[in-house]
Amino acid sequence: MADQAGASNAPIPARTAVVIGGNRIPFARSGGAYAYSSNKDMLIAALDGLVARFGLQGERIGEVAAGAVLKHSRDFNLTREVVLGSALSPETPAYDLQQACATGLETVVGLSNKIKLGQIESGIAGGVDSASDAPIAVSEGLRRVLLDLSRARTTQQKIKALATLRPKDLSPNAPTTGEPRTGLSMGEHQALTTAAWEITREAQDELAYRSHSNLAAAYDRGFFSDLMTPYRGLTKDANLRADTSLEKLATLKPVFGKGLDAPATMTAGNSTPLTDGAAVVLLGSEEYARSNNLPMLATIVDAEAAAVDFVTGEEGLLMAPVHAMPRLLQRNGLTFEDFDFFEIHEAFAGTVLSSLAAWEDADYCKRVLGLDGALGSIDRAKLNVNGSSLAAGHPFAATGGRIVASLAKTLSEKGGRGLISVCAAGGQGVVAILEAR
Amino acid sequence: MTDNYLDLVNTPLPGKIAKALGLPRPSVLRRYTPGEPIAAKPVLVTGSGAGAEALADVLLGWDVEVRRHVLPGEKLSAAVVVLDRAASPEDLAGPLLELGQAARVLVPGGRVVAVFRSAADTTDPAVAAARQGIDGAIRSVARELRGGATANGIVLRAGATTTDATTLGALRFFLSGRSAYVDGQFLEVSGTPAEGVAGLAAATAAVGEGVPDQPLAGRTAVVTGAARGIGAKIAETLARDGARVVAVDVPAAGEQLAQVANRVGGTALQIDITAPDAAARILEHVGGRYGTLDIVVHNAGITRDKLLANMDASRWDAVIAVNIASQLRMNEQFLASPVFSTTGRIISLASTSGIAGNRGQSNYAASKAGVIGMVRAQAASFDGAGRTINAVAPGFIETDMTAKIPPLTRQVARRLSSLQQGGLPVDVAEAIAFLASDAAAGVNGQVLRVCGQNLVGA
Repeated sequence: MADQAGASNAPIPARTAVVIGGNRIPFARSGGAYAYSSNKDMLIAALDGLVARFGLQGERIGEVAAGAVLKHSRDFNLTREVVLGSALSPETPAYDLQQACATGLETVVGLSNKIKLGQIESGIAGGVDSASDAPIAVSEGLRRVLLDLSRARTTQQKIKALATLRPKDLSPNAPTTGEPRTGLSMGEHQALTTAAWEITREAQDELAYRSHSNLAAAYDRGFFSDLMTPYRGLTKDANLRADTSLEKLATLKPVFGKGLDAPATMTAGNSTPLTDGAAVVLLGSEEYARSNNLPMLATIVDAEAAAVDFVTGEEGLLMAPVHAMPRLLQRNGLTFEDFDFFEIHEAFAGTVLSSLAAWEDADYCKRVLGLDGALGSIDRAKLNVNGSSLAAGHPFAATGGRIVASLAKTLSEKGGRGLISVCAAGGQGVVAILEAR
Repeated sequence: MTDNYLDLVNTPLPGKIAKALGLPRPSVLRRYTPGEPIAAKPVLVTGSGAGAEALADVLLGWDVEVRRHVLPGEKLSAAVVVLDRAASPEDLAGPLLELGQAARVLVPGGRVVAVFRSAADTTDPAVAAARQGIDGAIRSVARELRGGATANGIVLRAGATTTDATTLGALRFFLSGRSAYVDGQFLEVSGTPAEGVAGLAAATAAVGEGVPDQPLAGRTAVVTGAARGIGAKIAETLARDGARVVAVDVPAAGEQLAQVANRVGGTALQIDITAPDAAARILEHVGGRYGTLDIVVHNAGITRDKLLANMDASRWDAVIAVNIASQLRMNEQFLASPVFSTTGRIISLASTSGIAGNRGQSNYAASKAGVIGMVRAQAASFDGAGRTINAVAPGFIETDMTAKIPPLTRQVARRLSSLQQGGLPVDVAEAIAFLASDAAAGVNGQVLRVCGQNLVGA
């Protein structure tokens, strides 16, 4: 526990925030089962499944926080609209949050902090993303012309405004995973990091294989029966390949890092696909859980965010959690040895393996993280034991909710302490500690 | 599934044409709405003796206009035939001929309820002939009645009286819209159940004051197979009557299950009832959230129809596993758990296929007849212990399942019942809600058919 850590800079003791349970819809591959579902549809489905699981119909929850990475401008109040479309009381307040792929985890952190401070008794955190129903914007040129046109008063002004329109302005802007400041896609950024840490193709395929086999095994033992509600005919994550093998993964052609000097190692098998889905987590104070006879799966102990300078190439785009981790561990007086389960989001197998390599590298930890030596190594048997994003898929903002609910349930079954690490676009990352009750 | 023919003959011109041609003219049934009066028109109580007098007094206490004889030109809501003292077949003529006159003036959706003693409780051949004779006469009356009216019987077992709480509870059920599709059926009621039956005093009070709108208030009910069809309607009906509902179905049906749970303000539990830990998970959920499990409705069931000659092991085994083996295993664990109430109710879905058999359904009939066997044996072990177990056997009910029957067969199946129509899921649900209530505290080990007195499975 944070308040028992004895570190002088430990957080101020506050109330305890607990994970009561979670719900998500199975994740679909982009253009698949949810091709015509909006973010709103999917988040309502995930939320209503949670309401049904815990009997929250008509209840006023302290606050609902969620977000989406790919978001239509009309969805500026997405989460509030979702609450109004759900079985919750319409008197439940809500807000949207956006921190790229860390959105889901950050909503958990924000609401658990409110619970710890006594501002709310219950909260629902989560996220949703649709790569299928992504917003498509008009080009910057066309947008300017249309705005000028709306301001034009005379016919002459209108003609003048229209005259500036060029054929290229008519092609729309589709969203990309490219970083605005470097123009590189996330995969190309990771390829740089993967090569820098000399992560092998075999190691990445092995991680992907374990993700699929762990997720398949979790389904087989019914692990998700109280974490998931089917949607649109999908009852399991569509990306899961229970029958995949290292041999099959080895046949896939590299898709990222083909222009680098180092051999290209990142394939569609060891990178997450574009995915649609939604996930939510029910949080509460201990009093709330007790007075409503609700389970308490895990305590949310602490969290830390970090950001890195990836624009200059100083650090890899998805390496921010590597920096957040020692700060979180120090504040809580803990080391990797104190944890029983690790949930490291698999944006790419290379991301996970680069992070592990960095923490094990004494020179890097001294030079970059300012530590006395290597932060430590993580027992692979404790890593992503119920599968992660490579197998389940990664609907950006939904991933945090998936991880928190799955880890909390694992802790409630097996006991111990769990560590979460989620990387995000923009060179950001969030890490968090959960503890069994 | 809508019955277009029923809708059609209940409009003026097609109705006349159907009458002229002698075609079936099914009526729109009188179904229950909370707060409905027991009887809008007078009720005839025919039969003589203390039992009849006492029952007439109870009805008067319910603010019902009671008639001891049919009055010229007056419509009747119901006729209650009290024959608890019938000692020989000659004793039947008076009350039953009076009933014949009443049948002529019964309002649409009217009710005939006979109250008599069980032929099984006498060794006197003449008495048994009288009692069994009533059974036959009432079944025939049920076939003769038109306009959505029904005829049913309450069979008093040894020691039971015409005004026991359980007798009155059954009478209320048969008089009400809850029994709309129950026709030609007989419910056996035992006398005042053994001491220690919690809720019976409340039941007696409730019957005396008029049944409250929420007879299941404060109870927690588990309904399996609740995602759709009859199960979803059972969940809704129990919730309407005040119960907290835990809706159970397989994880694959979770989307519809969540919708049902949210509609009824209950909780959704995604489990496969054939899993060995199914009962444990139900008990954990109910125990943790609500403390006590009061009502279990074993509704989940599947069909895998094939002629026995073409049957394979997987079809046979799947039906047995879901429809009966799971219930046996779960009941054992429920009954051993302190979470299951000492006045707990178990209601199992049987089927008329399990009573009379059905071509292509040897596996299904085995499972559903198995349910009946299980209910009777388990009921004997409950005798006087405060818990009850009963079965409801639906006949032709308008569901997605019966919608798949070829159109002509479906039309015939509907018209084969005395009510000349299929039942609705709510009709099954109402019978279950009754069996779950305090009013049915003395009903144990019974198989109540909700079939409109269909010829099939008679």
